Amino acid sequence: MKYYDKLIFELSKEGRRGYTLPENRLKQYSMEELPASLKREKELMLPEVSEFDVVRHYTNVSNKNFGVDTGFYPLGSCTMKYNPKLNEEMAALPAFTSLHPLQPEDTVQGALELYYRFAHALAEVSGLAEFTLNPFAGAHGELTGLMVMRQYHIQRGDLKRTKVIVPNSAHGTNPASAAVCGLEIVEVKSKENGRIDVEDLKPLLDDTIAGIMMTNPNTLGLFETEILEIAQLVHACGGLLYYDGANLNPLLGKCRPGDMGFDIMHINVHKTFSTPHGGGGPGSGPVGVAPALVDYLPNPHVKKRADGVFYVENGDKASGSVSGFLGNFGVMVRGYTYILSLGKENIKMVGPLATLNANYIKESLKEEYYLPIEDICKHEFVFDGLADKSTGVTTLDIAKRLLDYGYHAPTIYFPLLFHQSIMIEPTETESIETLDEFIHVMKVVAQEAKDDPESVRTAPHTTPVRRLDETTAAKHPILSYRDLLKEV
Amino acid sequence: MNYKYFPHTEADIEQMLQRIGVQSLDDLYAEIPASVVWKKEYALPSSMSELEIRNYFTELGKKNCPLTIFVGAGAYDHYAPSVIPQLISRSEFLTAYTPYQPEISQGTLQYIFEFQSMMSELTGLECTNASMYDGPTATAEAMFMAVASAKKKKKVLISETVNPNVMRVVRTYAFYHGITLETIAEKDGCTDKAEMERLLQAGEVAGVIAASPNKYGIIEDFTGFAEAVHAQKALFILNADPSTLAVLKSPAEWGADIACGDAQTLGMPLNFGGPYVGYLSCTKELVRKLPGRIVGATKDVDGKRAFVLTLQAREQHIRREKANSNICSNQSLMALYVTIYLSLMGKQGLREVNELSYSGAHYLYEQLLATGKFTPAFNKPFLKEFAVRTTLCPKTLQEKWKENGFFAGIEIADGVLLFSVTEKRTKEEIDRLVALIKEV
Repeated sequence: MKYYDKLIFELSKEGRRGYTLPENRLKQYSMEELPASLKREKELMLPEVSEFDVVRHYTNVSNKNFGVDTGFYPLGSCTMKYNPKLNEEMAALPAFTSLHPLQPEDTVQGALELYYRFAHALAEVSGLAEFTLNPFAGAHGELTGLMVMRQYHIQRGDLKRTKVIVPNSAHGTNPASAAVCGLEIVEVKSKENGRIDVEDLKPLLDDTIAGIMMTNPNTLGLFETEILEIAQLVHACGGLLYYDGANLNPLLGKCRPGDMGFDIMHINVHKTFSTPHGGGGPGSGPVGVAPALVDYLPNPHVKKRADGVFYVENGDKASGSVSGFLGNFGVMVRGYTYILSLGKENIKMVGPLATLNANYIKESLKEEYYLPIEDICKHEFVFDGLADKSTGVTTLDIAKRLLDYGYHAPTIYFPLLFHQSIMIEPTETESIETLDEFIHVMKVVAQEAKDDPESVRTAPHTTPVRRLDETTAAKHPILSYRDLLKEV
Repeated sequence: MNYKYFPHTEADIEQMLQRIGVQSLDDLYAEIPASVVWKKEYALPSSMSELEIRNYFTELGKKNCPLTIFVGAGAYDHYAPSVIPQLISRSEFLTAYTPYQPEISQGTLQYIFEFQSMMSELTGLECTNASMYDGPTATAEAMFMAVASAKKKKKVLISETVNPNVMRVVRTYAFYHGITLETIAEKDGCTDKAEMERLLQAGEVAGVIAASPNKYGIIEDFTGFAEAVHAQKALFILNADPSTLAVLKSPAEWGADIACGDAQTLGMPLNFGGPYVGYLSCTKELVRKLPGRIVGATKDVDGKRAFVLTLQAREQHIRREKANSNICSNQSLMALYVTIYLSLMGKQGLREVNELSYSGAHYLYEQLLATGKFTPAFNKPFLKEFAVRTTLCPKTLQEKWKENGFFAGIEIADGVLLFSVTEKRTKEEIDRLVALIKEV
């Protein structure tokens, strides 16, 4: 296929149009009446293009992208599972898409019922009492959950608790969310076996601790085996346990965060519950809490009356509001469709099969790639670069070379515990054939690193563009078409 | 166990377990403390077939009543061109992750660059990020930018005429971030400039937030605002409806340093409140305080033009314990929606959308006044949304309209109703809405 290199602005020709609108039958009311001082003066440079220009342009632009539908996407911590098409069909139903968020409750009973049922389904698989679906993304859920944590302490008059403990293996958003929420971060170390060091944790626990943020399985894909002791210690000091649901997938059918002692958690619906990532959103980051924290969930709440009628309520103990309305409703429709599709019979297989796939890859590649921690992993695991450290080929090179073979790269240089992290998460929706082919390619790349390191170091070779000059991009930012025009 | 989303056969599972060196799937969870292993069945519905799910959602949908919308208040019923859902459903866009591997993500990176370009055109501010969750959170993050820029000053002023939904979220973010938020009282439906100046004089102000159009639909005159704000070394933040910026003075023309808001007005379905898309634009001077993802143009090793995430050495990547924002995933696909919308409409289409909305809104306004049951709440210029005072019982009116398939006139204060009219509303619909008043 021909390489396509146009921006939509570059197709523009004065006088072309891509829309039709009804004729104005009320012309006697014209914007001309508005005072000139309120009107725009500066010229507006938007493209002037035909409808077909637009369709062909964005079709060509899409061809320069790689999605889960294109090929295997073993991006660790991102749970790139299949995004079922039925989810999309249900989310597009006009009976839902045409609803205004402020419509009277009796005209949106179906939408409220869906919100309520999805929230309760999430509570069931999480072992928590209640969920809000209002947060828009995982990081937004973290922030919301931490607000609940702070509100709990504040309303008990326990104002000293301003610190939150975060493991050094945590997702980068954990400390960022805590900082935005006005909490001070205290880091707890990991042991040789990749788990939180309980001995390092103990001295940190005092009456200034609001809580701990944990991911379980952690970012190495390892289950925190001492979780019950950790929960007991944190609770004993008056703190709460926050569960980062980014890694919930392997626990489906096997274990519930609430049963492990977690008080607050978020779920990435766009990971565990199969909704598309959309190139970086819209996601959905529901937050669930233990019974004692229900009142602190943010407003508005969706509730059900005894007679089965759903309603929206704003409570006065709530931690505030984190969204204009009720969150990314369209994403909830997709997530609930997925739950209904799998049902209780199949949802319990998600975790075991995701874990099976991850361990299968790990065991198949540990000769060629350095596995720092030998253990059964959960949904993902981390290599620390090639086993053979003499080639000079880095994790970045391997990632780029995989693109040539038609794969998305794994997550690289995360977690920060190792220098050359390669984090692989296959998910349960990939077949043994796909995994075998990927394993084969990973072995080929490891061999290339020995035989022809230059071809790996200069990869990719076959992608629409090759390695980019990121340094100049940052030093001399060109952030718009207008900026670009100034360059010429 | 053969479910259509799982490709594993029994033989596959056997073979894989063997490679791993364990006997059963349960063995993969052997390290989990026995007391927390889930052995029960989830209290969830049983698996449903596609046909059953379609029926289920069709039935659930019947419990909703789609209405003819004459309400905005933060979510507006604009026309959505048919090509957009088709294009954004392309799986190359839909099923991609964040563009961390630019060589195979030029599609996402390029449309974000186009989105940034178009939003910067509308706002007049040079730099726009890849999108925010929604208008309220974008405004809250604009507030964080102001505080981060001011270093030690931790007070922000917000006009009482900002949409209450925005206000609630900003207030929440301010509280947890340790920002003192003070409201500037309104006067005749507009931000009281004298009051703002008085609060600015008190010092310690990092930023001032106002809205255009405001919560009453009024197009406020911000003449002299930026000067007053800048004189105190604070930043002027304008929450602006981007659809109106084709015709109304842009945030940059008002002297704003940051523009933010919801781009749902750019043709996005109402969707019961989401997904929408927030936007955040700022001057070049502030770009390093701009949160979230930003795409820049560059070249690849062969000299081809290409796009890449840039200015990443900020926020949660480095100094994450001191981050001013934690945003990662945003509303990328909805940014694509807006980009395609603006490509189709162009400046002429966007102007017509505003003309049609203006005409419809002013026609309804006059028709309401002509009934004798309504009086102006304010005497200020507006575009597609306005507030009027009524002598009738608002509940009875709303009930009447609802019974007849209309959602109109939400009550924002005692006896004050807010209406919105977009290009989607026809003269017949407006006439019918007004005729129903006589039946009350």
